[in-house]
Amino acid sequence: MEWGRAKAGAVRGRTMETHFIYMAVSSALFSVGMAGVFLCRHFFKKIIATKIVGAGVFLLLVSIAERDADTFADPVPHAMVITGIVVAVSAAAFALALARRIRIETSRASFEDEEAAE
Amino acid sequence: MSALWQADNLPVWLVVWPTFGAIVLFLLPARWRGMTGVSFALANGVLALVTVFFVMEVGVLRQEIGGWAPPLGIALALDGLSALFILMTAVVGGVVSVYAKIYFTQVVVDSARSSLFWPLWLFLWAGLHGLYLANDLFNLYVVIEVIGIAAVALAVLSGKTRAMIAGLRYLIAAVAGSLAYLMGVALLYGSTGVLDIDLMAERLEPGLTTRVAIALMLGGLLVKTAVFPLHFWLPPAHSSAEPPVSAILSALVLKGTFFVILRLWTELFGVSLTFMAGQMVGVLGACAVVWGSFQALRQERLKLVVAHSSVAQIGYLFLLFPLITVPATAVAGGFEWAPLAWSGAVYQVLAHGFAKAAFFLAIGVLVMATGNDHKASMLNMVGRLPMTTFAIGLAGVSLIGLPPSGGFLAKWMLLSAIISSGQWWWVPFVLVGSLMTAGYVFMILRLAFAPSQHEAELKSVPRGLQVCALLLAVGAILIAFPAEWVIDLLEGTSTFGEVVRAGAPVNSGEVGP
Repeated sequence: MEWGRAKAGAVRGRTMETHFIYMAVSSALFSVGMAGVFLCRHFFKKIIATKIVGAGVFLLLVSIAERDADTFADPVPHAMVITGIVVAVSAAAFALALARRIRIETSRASFEDEEAAE
Repeated sequence: MSALWQADNLPVWLVVWPTFGAIVLFLLPARWRGMTGVSFALANGVLALVTVFFVMEVGVLRQEIGGWAPPLGIALALDGLSALFILMTAVVGGVVSVYAKIYFTQVVVDSARSSLFWPLWLFLWAGLHGLYLANDLFNLYVVIEVIGIAAVALAVLSGKTRAMIAGLRYLIAAVAGSLAYLMGVALLYGSTGVLDIDLMAERLEPGLTTRVAIALMLGGLLVKTAVFPLHFWLPPAHSSAEPPVSAILSALVLKGTFFVILRLWTELFGVSLTFMAGQMVGVLGACAVVWGSFQALRQERLKLVVAHSSVAQIGYLFLLFPLITVPATAVAGGFEWAPLAWSGAVYQVLAHGFAKAAFFLAIGVLVMATGNDHKASMLNMVGRLPMTTFAIGLAGVSLIGLPPSGGFLAKWMLLSAIISSGQWWWVPFVLVGSLMTAGYVFMILRLAFAPSQHEAELKSVPRGLQVCALLLAVGAILIAFPAEWVIDLLEGTSTFGEVVRAGAPVNSGEVGP
């Protein structure tokens, strides 16, 4: 497994399996979220789905920070996660505001009858 | 203090100036925003000219911000390709800004809301400059998000329900796309430990992780560039926005992510690409050309015709990738079609940028005069709005690729590159695409020349709006003439005219096994 320069075997009690768990969970979250983004019709479900995708990505970023476990955790992925969270929060807030506005004006909450409305 | 004004700081100023403008405009009262916004746009134009002259004189400029070299710091890189994109953004953006100033003073829906166009547009501009200069995968993610959020905010500016639903769809697609990109960046960082594109290109090794990462990044960027079949969000979002916004979205925002794909494909991805990967991207582009043109032919509303036509014209850009990706076993040297393919694709970016912006602005004039954008409102326009009809005609000529226009040059170069590379299977797509484009352009022009029985009274449209549309349309024709200069400028780009050898480290395209 070409997992960066993280050493195979035990690194301060953590093994490759630990990495594997993180990786498996984050790819599962990513895939579930992506499926939700494309398959759900409801605004709120779609927005939540993007948050799940985000959770998968950020979990992966946090877990690769431990690649050089002999010394310190790598701070760069942490900085990336912080930035990513800020961006994701503002995008989600924007999406929720739009969805709420559409709901108030048309009482629609999903993309279902989009063509019918035109 | 004097260090601030050194020419080496040019890349930083390119990002800081529009950001500063956006903040100032946000703080100003609504009635001052229009004039100030135009002045900032003009200042951006001056900055872009300085940039182009600088790149012509000095060549590639790499700036390490704060003197911290990567991997600790982050670097900005300015080369011929970025200078050209900055110049296109400045010219198209400048004309669109003037149009927007006149348009928003004329069509006052809600002046507090419509004046928000200015800070958002300047943020978008700053994001685009950041994108053209970033030399770091994570910075690219951040500017892509800045561009995405500003673009969606601009698209919903009209406050119409249709625009908001389209905007929400656009936003969700954009967020999902950039998260997929970030997932890929995380995997690449995990296996190399750096984010700087140059450093990563040295360290990246082929393998499953790299391949998955490239697929995720490419997938995310393809969603944002609206490549078939991931273009579903584009037509509603682009057709429901205000005319200056539609022009910005299709002329500039789509090209931004294309720029990123081009840069990463040629500078980073080579190590794990295969000949088939290039072919697959090419197939998506070819399908986009046919499907987008077909949809454009079927639309009843002019804005939707133009929006679907963007899907098709973006498709042409992706024919570049199969042409510059050669199998690992290819004999070294003799890729004389590669510079041609490169220039063709870059010309397609320029030609589509000018022509599509002109088209959207002209249709904005039409909507203002007639009150709707149904095809029938084009009837007998040639006598009633001659300048706008002429603008639509010229933009159409460039989209179809008739000589002597920028679009002709782009398609001619792409076609010659396709033929001399031996990948003849792309030829029918280019030709059929042009034919179908001619179909929908002439369909609009035919109506313009047709007499109509019951003519509704036209509302008066400020001359300035019509002049802006015409200027861009004339630009779409005129850019064909300085071709030699453009190619000279592009040659400063390190990867210009090179092929990507599948599976080989980048920049070894000419060395061979």
